[in-house]
Amino acid sequence: MDKNISFTLKVWRQRGPKAKGAFETYQMKDIPGDTSFLEMLDILNEQLVNENKEPIAFDHDCREGICGMCSLYVNGHPHGPATGATTCQLYMRRFKDGDTITVEPWRSAGFPVIRDLMVDRTAFDKIQQAGGYVSINTGGMPDANAIPIGKDIAEEAMDAAACIGCGACVAACKNGSAMLFVSAKVSQFALLPQGKVEAKKRVKAMVAKMDELGFGNCTNTRACEAECPKCVSISNIARLNREFIKAKLKD
Amino acid sequence: MWLSKSSVGRKVVMSVSGAALVLFLLFHMSMNLVAIFSAEGYNMICEFLGANWYALVATAGLAALVVLHFVYAFILTMQNRKARGSQRYAVAERPKGVSWASQNMLVLGIIVILGMGLHLFNFWAKMQLPEVLHMMGMDVEPNVMFNVSNGSAYIVSTFSCPVYAALYVVWLVALWFHLTHGIWSAMQTLGVNNKVWFCRWKMIGNVVSTIIVLGFMAVVVAGYFGMGALGKVALDCGACC
Repeated sequence: MDKNISFTLKVWRQRGPKAKGAFETYQMKDIPGDTSFLEMLDILNEQLVNENKEPIAFDHDCREGICGMCSLYVNGHPHGPATGATTCQLYMRRFKDGDTITVEPWRSAGFPVIRDLMVDRTAFDKIQQAGGYVSINTGGMPDANAIPIGKDIAEEAMDAAACIGCGACVAACKNGSAMLFVSAKVSQFALLPQGKVEAKKRVKAMVAKMDELGFGNCTNTRACEAECPKCVSISNIARLNREFIKAKLKD
Repeated sequence: MWLSKSSVGRKVVMSVSGAALVLFLLFHMSMNLVAIFSAEGYNMICEFLGANWYALVATAGLAALVVLHFVYAFILTMQNRKARGSQRYAVAERPKGVSWASQNMLVLGIIVILGMGLHLFNFWAKMQLPEVLHMMGMDVEPNVMFNVSNGSAYIVSTFSCPVYAALYVVWLVALWFHLTHGIWSAMQTLGVNNKVWFCRWKMIGNVVSTIIVLGFMAVVVAGYFGMGALGKVALDCGACC
């Protein structure tokens, strides 16, 4: 049984995209260790509502690490101190009694704050729409061995496809670069025969969209892969670079 | 042009110019090591690389590479700061696996280029430059002209001064940090990397940067303590500085 802990919570509050934000401090008492981080915020919000105060706005949906909605920059890490996990998979037992926990929104010019801890991640949808799909009809389920694909290649593609598009890579990057996200999306297609047909067009379109939306230039600090809740590797970024350079040299 | 318009293209320019400069450093370092073994041999190299057409073409090429690398570094950093946004995090921690050098490449680069300025003042301005000025018909002191390929004497006169020796050591340490990130990072940007080669490039990068910096450092130390062939030069010239 986990122990109950009491701690100080510093939360970024901001009324709207243009409003000036500031930290507000809350005292949390006797929170069980098996409470998830988001449940802890729910408890706080219930208290705030009962006191006739505005609850804290934050993104969340599936709460099982699949949807990529939860964000939160907790104590200097996107998705908090846990590795390979999203904020909804972070439990209060990670923290100690008497800790001060600082919660901030993703900070990047590409992800403007909507309110409090909620940011606008439409930019990722726009990058996906620029080329993150296969536009040819690949038919129904092919016969198992009709198109042989090596086990290692299938695994690589699957690992890249594990990206949930949460934006932790952009939040972690000192350059606000979206390269890990874009490279995962490019890689999952570039590795498989169905995606290879449009590979050149895709990589050029997605990189152009990424640049247009104001994301930064990758300087290979590797902060993105360290903070990615799905442990997407920067070897995907090397693949994106390779695909992009090849496509441009062919022009 | 994709090399200036796209983010990946801009990084390709950084990688290619950086990799070319690494090759130059390897060449320059091996040349310097000669000074420890033979002062006359080193002076012969200085003569080969004086104001001859090939040396001048190479110098111009190097200057262009440095300018390109430097200008792009500033453009990239300005764009990256803008992309980061005006609001900074209140709490920021460096995650595991992120090297300090990788986050401070611009600062390290500025130290490297300041050191290069000092280096040009200490050596190039006394060696290749007067020769070029002389060829262009300008007046150069006969004493300077006489010594344009006396590189060994300039090594001793510069590094026997503790302040210069210390400044060069600081410069070389900054260069080491810059290269440990720069070399593997260049390969990553050019796309010649994957999970297996990641560790290999990192190791190659560390080894190459250590060899380069130790090689340069050896000449500074030998010049300061008057070791090897440089010890004799120190006696010969006596009061050059």
